[in-house]
Amino acid sequence: MGAPRPAIGERGALMSNTAPKLETPLDTFSIHKEGGPPFRLRDMPPHRIVLVLIGLALVASAAIFMRWDWLPSYGGLILQGLWRTIWILVVTVVLGFLLAVPLGLAQAAGPAIFAIPARWFCTVIRGTPLLLQLWLLYYGLGSLFPQYPWIRGSELWPYLRQAWPYAVLALTLSYAGYEGEVMRGAFAGVPKGQLEAARAFGMRRFTILRRIWLPQAIHRALPTLAGEAVLQLKSTPLVATITVVDLYSVASRVRQDTFITYEPLLLLAAGYLIITGIIVFLFRKLERLIPSRLG
Amino acid sequence: MTMSTASPLTHPSASQGEALHVSNLHKRFGALEVLKGVSLTAKDGDVVALIGGSGSGKSTFLRCVNFLENPTSGVIRINGEEVEMVSDGAGGQVPANRRQIERIRSRLGMVFQNFNLWQHMTLMQNVVEVPIHVLGMKRDEAVAIGEQLLERVGLSAKRDVYPAFLSGGQQQRAAIARALAIQPRVMLFDEPTSALDPELVGEVLKVIADLAAEGRTMLLVTHEMKFAREVASHVIYLHNGIVEEEGPPDELFGSPKSERLKQFIRTVS
Repeated sequence: MGAPRPAIGERGALMSNTAPKLETPLDTFSIHKEGGPPFRLRDMPPHRIVLVLIGLALVASAAIFMRWDWLPSYGGLILQGLWRTIWILVVTVVLGFLLAVPLGLAQAAGPAIFAIPARWFCTVIRGTPLLLQLWLLYYGLGSLFPQYPWIRGSELWPYLRQAWPYAVLALTLSYAGYEGEVMRGAFAGVPKGQLEAARAFGMRRFTILRRIWLPQAIHRALPTLAGEAVLQLKSTPLVATITVVDLYSVASRVRQDTFITYEPLLLLAAGYLIITGIIVFLFRKLERLIPSRLG
Repeated sequence: MTMSTASPLTHPSASQGEALHVSNLHKRFGALEVLKGVSLTAKDGDVVALIGGSGSGKSTFLRCVNFLENPTSGVIRINGEEVEMVSDGAGGQVPANRRQIERIRSRLGMVFQNFNLWQHMTLMQNVVEVPIHVLGMKRDEAVAIGEQLLERVGLSAKRDVYPAFLSGGQQQRAAIARALAIQPRVMLFDEPTSALDPELVGEVLKVIADLAAEGRTMLLVTHEMKFAREVASHVIYLHNGIVEEEGPPDELFGSPKSERLKQFIRTVS
């Protein structure tokens, strides 16, 4: 109570002997650890310095010796493609996960009339190429619609005649199919005693699902979900085959227009790498939000 | 009425009402008949200890009382309310009304052999979960009660710790606090010390003895014979799914009548 607490970041105060000994080190609470040992090149191991130099040399030579003069005229298109790739990824991962929860639950604990269709859905989705699913939806379903005047006249037609709804649908179903299987395992993996305790205290079935079963299942599935989200990112270029202009199709466009092949592909690789890094980072943060250690 | 405004730390009702009545309970798993007509009546304040060898059906009996297992036949009355059962069409019966079961369960404080604390919640979250999400209590109120209960089982300092970071004894004491938080009419203990290291058994038994001393109604399945003799008001010895012998603890342990019970007491002591 007496002595004023040192402010977070005032590391000097903490180091001194007069500072009160805290149960939890104050560092735990500071997200941006200020200070720390300053970065010095000579502290790095030699092999790492060499690797960094090689990496820098590669980037520099790519920048100097390769052709980047096309870049300014395609800048807008690249940003557009990047944006489309990201929103398709986010929307399909979120929608797919929302579908995966009932799919997993039905397989793990549902009655046969739900469990069997759910198992079939997951098997069919996981057992056929995504490209095929995409084309069946776009060229198959999509080409049936215009034959029905009532569909052409409906409010939905402005959307149904575009390509992106089919891309979103196919990718959502795909993610749901894979995640449904993951969630089945996650639901089944929650120890029976956890649910039995909930039942023994008079919880209703939906409350048990909401408060006990689903949170523990999601926690178990999170690392796998992160991996699947990265895979989903790398499935997005397939939408280019049904005329949706994503990041990948910008690279093809550049090649067709200018006959420059490698530079756009290199840029593309860097783009996907960065997005992957962001996904991994975000899921790590999410995992840390739940600090429990499941027994 | 049993709606009591008394503190959760004291027993809600001191009247000598019937808290739990079970008559002629049968339970069959396929061809195996585990319980062959077990009856029991517990008045308020009774501490009934169920003892018996493994496979005698004592845990199954306890699990039938709050319908974690559906009894094959028999009558169960809790708080004077008889549970309605209907045939399941396969020789057994199931509760007719899920809501009735849920209401009755929320008045029975179950403590499991393996604690079964919810792993994704801190101790305090475990304790307030049922009061808030089943009984509809306000959060502040539930937390205030939870603080008293954790204090009582000696875990105030661990209120924000997750169960996996605690010893078995601490987890079981927290599980007792969780069961007390619903202000139960009857406490059900299913071998509460069987999964504990020997040196942790004492701390849990002390908490249970405390509850017995303040007059809580309890049904206790245990292997701790000495403990059963000390805290129980009535002891039931189950053997092969029937009540072989029952009575006050001193009588039962002091001068057992049946040969089986004599043998059982010799082997466990």
